[in-house]
Amino acid sequence: MGLLTLIVLLPLLGFLVNGLLGNRLGKGFVSAVGCGLPAIAFAVAVKCLLDLKGGGWTPIAETAYLWTMVGQDSFEVAFWFDRLSAVMVLVITGIGTLIHIYSIGYMHEDRSYARYFAYLNLFLFFMLLLVLGRSLLVLFVGWEGVGLSSYLLIGFWFGDMEKAAAGKKAFIVNRIGDAAFLLGMFAIYSVLGTLDMPRINAAFMGASAPAVSASLVGILLFIGATGKSAQIPLYVWLPDAMAGPTPVSALIHAATMVTAGVYLIARMSGIYLHAPEASSVIAVIGAMTALVAATIAIAQDDIKKVLAYSTVSQLGFMFVALGVGAYGVAVFHVVTHAFFKACLFLGAGSVIHAMSGEQDIKKMGGLAKKIPITFVTFAIATAAIAGVPPLSGFFSKDEILWFALASDKGGSVLLLAVMAFTALLTAFYMFRLLWLAFFGRPRMLKEVEHHIHESPLSMTGVLMVLALLSAVGGFLSIPHFLEPMVALPGVRPGMNAFHYWVVGGSVAIAVVGFVAAAWFFAGDASRAARVREAFAGVHKVLFNKYYVDEFYELVIGRPLHWVSENVFLKLGDRLLIDGTLNGLAALAQGAAGRLSRVQSGSLHKYAFLVLVGMVASLVWMWRHG
Amino acid sequence: MDKVQMLQVLAGSLFALGLTGVIIRRNVLVMLMCMELMLNGVNLSLVTFAHTLGSAVGAVLVFLIFVVAAAEIAIAIPVVLLLVRRKRTLDIESYSDLKG
Repeated sequence: MGLLTLIVLLPLLGFLVNGLLGNRLGKGFVSAVGCGLPAIAFAVAVKCLLDLKGGGWTPIAETAYLWTMVGQDSFEVAFWFDRLSAVMVLVITGIGTLIHIYSIGYMHEDRSYARYFAYLNLFLFFMLLLVLGRSLLVLFVGWEGVGLSSYLLIGFWFGDMEKAAAGKKAFIVNRIGDAAFLLGMFAIYSVLGTLDMPRINAAFMGASAPAVSASLVGILLFIGATGKSAQIPLYVWLPDAMAGPTPVSALIHAATMVTAGVYLIARMSGIYLHAPEASSVIAVIGAMTALVAATIAIAQDDIKKVLAYSTVSQLGFMFVALGVGAYGVAVFHVVTHAFFKACLFLGAGSVIHAMSGEQDIKKMGGLAKKIPITFVTFAIATAAIAGVPPLSGFFSKDEILWFALASDKGGSVLLLAVMAFTALLTAFYMFRLLWLAFFGRPRMLKEVEHHIHESPLSMTGVLMVLALLSAVGGFLSIPHFLEPMVALPGVRPGMNAFHYWVVGGSVAIAVVGFVAAAWFFAGDASRAARVREAFAGVHKVLFNKYYVDEFYELVIGRPLHWVSENVFLKLGDRLLIDGTLNGLAALAQGAAGRLSRVQSGSLHKYAFLVLVGMVASLVWMWRHG
Repeated sequence: MDKVQMLQVLAGSLFALGLTGVIIRRNVLVMLMCMELMLNGVNLSLVTFAHTLGSAVGAVLVFLIFVVAAAEIAIAIPVVLLLVRRKRTLDIESYSDLKG
């Protein structure tokens, strides 16, 4: 068995052991298996990276299993390790292991401790399948698998109907995107006869273009990506997905699954380089998503909801980078975002833990002194996402802003303006969150205040590691590292002069956002309250997330429900199917009732019927004889 | 119309008469007698054919029918006797509750 197969199978083993035997093995053993196997997978991934480097960066390919043959086309479960999958695998196993360790502390009291670790390992297994798969088919198995695992994890506390519903919502919304993804795969297979990704890219990059519109395929795959990566119009599941345990939010909704769409498009960049229309669509959708989610995030009071909308917004940034052809930069932002957003989510988990389950930032305040480690790590991550130099978010976001302006594949001043404004909003709402939670005077109840305590080392230790990564992660020059695979787009003529303006601008944005938040929320936050009063209507719309869920319910949910109820249930099921069966039964019953009357016991009648029968057969014989 | 035809018409009439009796009469004994009439109609036609064709097969069949008819009556009369003992009537309609 090759090393790549080993990376994929280790978490699966953890899932099987903990899932089947976990309840009997005790928490210590479950933790050891649940965290140990991903850690080993991370070590193996590092070994693979060294092998990759030793081999002069020639991608490592490994076939685990011949799945099936269709005519001459073979479908294999094959793995592929190149620069891009190396980055993704290290993030998934690395951050994943940290989040597993954090979970030991966070989930310690939970009754379903073993089930939790089993699901978490299952998720890692599918995610690794997704990024290591060599063909779209294997990728799709992982793609569906992470959907399944996220359903299981979001609905982890399924006894609560609201949480179970959030799990269902994530699953169903993702299915909509997956339908388009499948169509895209069919289109590719029908033309090229293969789903092998290096071969697909080569075919699109080759001299003669394949007989399928690259834009069509590109847009179909992108619709799949909008589902997983929570872009307009399929982003609605992600904020609801905060119903799951907080480490799950950090793992799935910050570090791994939601980046699957970004990975897919970066991986299929061969198609998108020849599909300028599809790329424009991606850039526009990404920018809209980033802006809309950021405006919603400003008005949310639930600590995890703010972070959830922030994630949607940051994913929008990544898609803008993809749309302007800066694939390496998008992956760079995936990595830095994984660092600081995981840190933020886990920090939020630590706050919630300290506050005995309270998630409303209006009922927090003054936590900085009480839980100092959480505060410092949270502050570092906040500064990183806001783009304060030299933290990691500054580098990746700055590059996105730069290519939004300067790329010769769709960069424009308008795009830069939208993204810069979104970056300003990001800085503002993140510092608002930081300020309301950690500064000012405490607003919680006395008994809650009395219980506030710093989290155990298994949690704070992970926070410190992630804060460190958030701080220095920007110095990993991932776009440069990926450049031999996916070249950065060219710069439009005359744009180079503006490079330092963009850098300076993004620093200014972070500072302005911080100052604005500090000014609004300083003291008793009376300025913020006054602004809220003045723009009560706007606040209401933002607080209610533009009523998008209600709109979907009205336009899609209700009509679907009506059609199901009236057409399929009443007409189809009850009238047509039940009607046919009941009708046949009634016919047989009626006929039997009529015929039974013949058997009257009257010999005369019998004899008469015999006579009729004889006459009839005689007549018949005469006519046909 | 020659003799054979006349005999066949007579046989058919006997059979039809018997059948009509079986269908319309209510007295069990009369119905049994009508059935004998039907058998005799058949016997007559068998004898006629046997005579016309010069074959003994028809005549043998007639003897067979005699035997069967005697056996039938030997069974039927005790059955009727038992029925009458139970209900004190010969009306076939009152036995319709014996239906399956």
